[in-house]
Amino acid sequence: MSAREDVLGAVRAALGRGPRGGRADAVGAGDVPRGYRVATDTASGSVAACDLLEHRLLDYRARVTRCRPEEVAATVVRELAGAASVAVPHGLPEAWADAVRATGATVRDDVPGRPLAAAELDRTDAVVTGCRVAVADTGTIVLDAGPGQGRRVLTLVPDRHVCVVRSDQVVGSVPEAVRLLEAHPERPLTWISGPSATSDIELVRVEGVHGPRDLRVVLVGP
Amino acid sequence: MPAVPPKPAAEPLDPLRWGPTFPEAARGTLDDAQLRTNLRRATRTIRDKRLAVTAELPDWEALRDAGAAIKADAMDRLPELLEQLEANVTAHGGTVHWARDAAEANRIVTGLVRAAGAREVVKVKSMATQEIGLNEHLEAEGITAHETDLAELIVQLAGDRPSHILVPAIHRNRDEIRDVFRSQMPGVPDRLTNEPAALAMAAREHLRALFLRADVAISGANLAIAETGTVAVVESEGNGRMCLTLPRTLVTVMGIEKVLPTFRDLEVFLQLLPRSSTGERMNPYTTTWTGVTPGDGPQEFHLVLLDNGRTRALADDVGRQALHCIRCSACLNVCPVYERTGGHAYGSVYPGPIGAILTPQLLGLDDADAATASLPFASTLCGACYDACPVKIDIPTALVHLRDRALHDGGPRRPTAAGAAMGAAAVVLSSGRRFRWALRGAALAGRLLGGRRVRRLPWPGSLWTASRDLPALPARSFRGAWAARVARVSRATRDTPAAPDGRDPRSGERSPGTDGRGRP
Repeated sequence: MSAREDVLGAVRAALGRGPRGGRADAVGAGDVPRGYRVATDTASGSVAACDLLEHRLLDYRARVTRCRPEEVAATVVRELAGAASVAVPHGLPEAWADAVRATGATVRDDVPGRPLAAAELDRTDAVVTGCRVAVADTGTIVLDAGPGQGRRVLTLVPDRHVCVVRSDQVVGSVPEAVRLLEAHPERPLTWISGPSATSDIELVRVEGVHGPRDLRVVLVGP
Repeated sequence: MPAVPPKPAAEPLDPLRWGPTFPEAARGTLDDAQLRTNLRRATRTIRDKRLAVTAELPDWEALRDAGAAIKADAMDRLPELLEQLEANVTAHGGTVHWARDAAEANRIVTGLVRAAGAREVVKVKSMATQEIGLNEHLEAEGITAHETDLAELIVQLAGDRPSHILVPAIHRNRDEIRDVFRSQMPGVPDRLTNEPAALAMAAREHLRALFLRADVAISGANLAIAETGTVAVVESEGNGRMCLTLPRTLVTVMGIEKVLPTFRDLEVFLQLLPRSSTGERMNPYTTTWTGVTPGDGPQEFHLVLLDNGRTRALADDVGRQALHCIRCSACLNVCPVYERTGGHAYGSVYPGPIGAILTPQLLGLDDADAATASLPFASTLCGACYDACPVKIDIPTALVHLRDRALHDGGPRRPTAAGAAMGAAAVVLSSGRRFRWALRGAALAGRLLGGRRVRRLPWPGSLWTASRDLPALPARSFRGAWAARVARVSRATRDTPAAPDGRDPRSGERSPGTDGRGRP
């Protein structure tokens, strides 16, 4: 017997079923009580949602800058100050990439078919991306590798991550974010809440172990 | 020689259960004042943080109810969910392997690392791979496994064993960690201080080179979604992201109980887990992946589904709920026994209250040795673990159930100190007259001792006082104090009218000479 058949057989036997037995009275997912909140009092895209997101991100020692839509490129450039090299994911709005190029920094484009090597990213100071959704309640930004968000390695290896979040991408709660993301569960997801951190030594929080030590969120208001 | 001696020194044969019985092991760890100090500080900090962030959510109890129900439902439908998970992982370009036990899982992983042509691997912290002793097995096969979680790295470099599910080096303070790094980490700065930030940066430098050159990574999984084939790892440092993203091949070892039915279930567990484990609203990083994504992350993905005793636990209707555990370790941090004995006393990768019910079931209580069978007794049954558990595992009930099984179900039947004490207590407590005499004796002893604590009793009382002080004996028993009070009240009310309800205050008092059921 294969290990697969043995394990499945042992599971069925433990549940008191026959060797190939199914469950006529199978408990469906609908039977799970879901009395928890799906939406919170903080309406998605509202000023209150953005304020809460900012508050939560600051609590994690991320840096937050608010700006108006027409100020995004200039704000991104300001947040990149001091970075000699910047990685740019495929699909990032051209206006932002052009503004970064205009500063004289070395821009490394990550393009399908010509991906940046990890070693090259290790020599890159910063990366600029957008995001899929942000959760105000927990101070979380979610990237799903869609256009302008980059492959997972892009937001991981450079030490500074400048992430642009539009107010209409800010939802109140974790369940609201999951409702959006379940349209494409097959995409690799990266949930980011503040910079990399550890509390393994006497539970003292230290920012920056392996991921970006410097997370800068550009929060774009209406 | 490491500057800081490993604790415990010997490498265990079975990471799931090693060493002596819990009481014997606890006797040793209780003597370690430094360990108790480290633990008290750490568990208190994390307890307070958890309470603060769970109190923030008005629907915390509803989330716990949903978490418990989802887990119970998943266990009920486990065969179907595992088949569904396998089908969806495969459909997205992954490969699923099944392992009956630790040896089989180790063989599978070793074969996969060899096939990738690798001699070293990077590892994400994982309870499942610790449970099967994967690192030791790989080492024996000539493959080096680098732990990349900071705490796991500390434990690995020190030649130590983890003592906590979430914070494996919780028993080490910053000075000890600096000494371990200085003596064991290649290329560490000469003047490394004991500042946590400096120690973390030394680890960053050490590990980054490994991440960038590794071809194979090995991880566990916090959960996997049957409906979509999505696997998730929840972490803080980014070492998880490094392992899950950089190498060409990813091998994930996952206990079969970690499967969840639907993608929507993420919203429950991503709220319950971080708040319960590190006391944060959300952990810094969560990664989910579904099979292989062309051009992004590992291009080869293997999922190893591990039984290793889980079906044995599943067969026990009461004990089964131990499989609901999401490894948050909230139960460890609130447990008065864990706080004093530390994790090593449990002699398993699964310490604390959850370990006390999980380990004996994974190994089977039917032919349990005395050391494993002692674990369900490693508790005061205070119930704090049940209150803290995000998926409402009724650990106290499971402990009592497993104690019964350990004593009657083919477990070791030798008389225990607790059994002897209970037998003696039964003789005294079953008769009011004997109890009264016993109290008079105790009160007399109390007066003789003048309120001093008793540190050592003669045998068999020494079994108790070996690990505890006897509290100071009061000079007067409750019964004696009550009788005196009644006499005082009677004197005071002798000349006053009866109470408004017409009841004589004297007869309204229960006679001190009866046992509560009217018997003398």
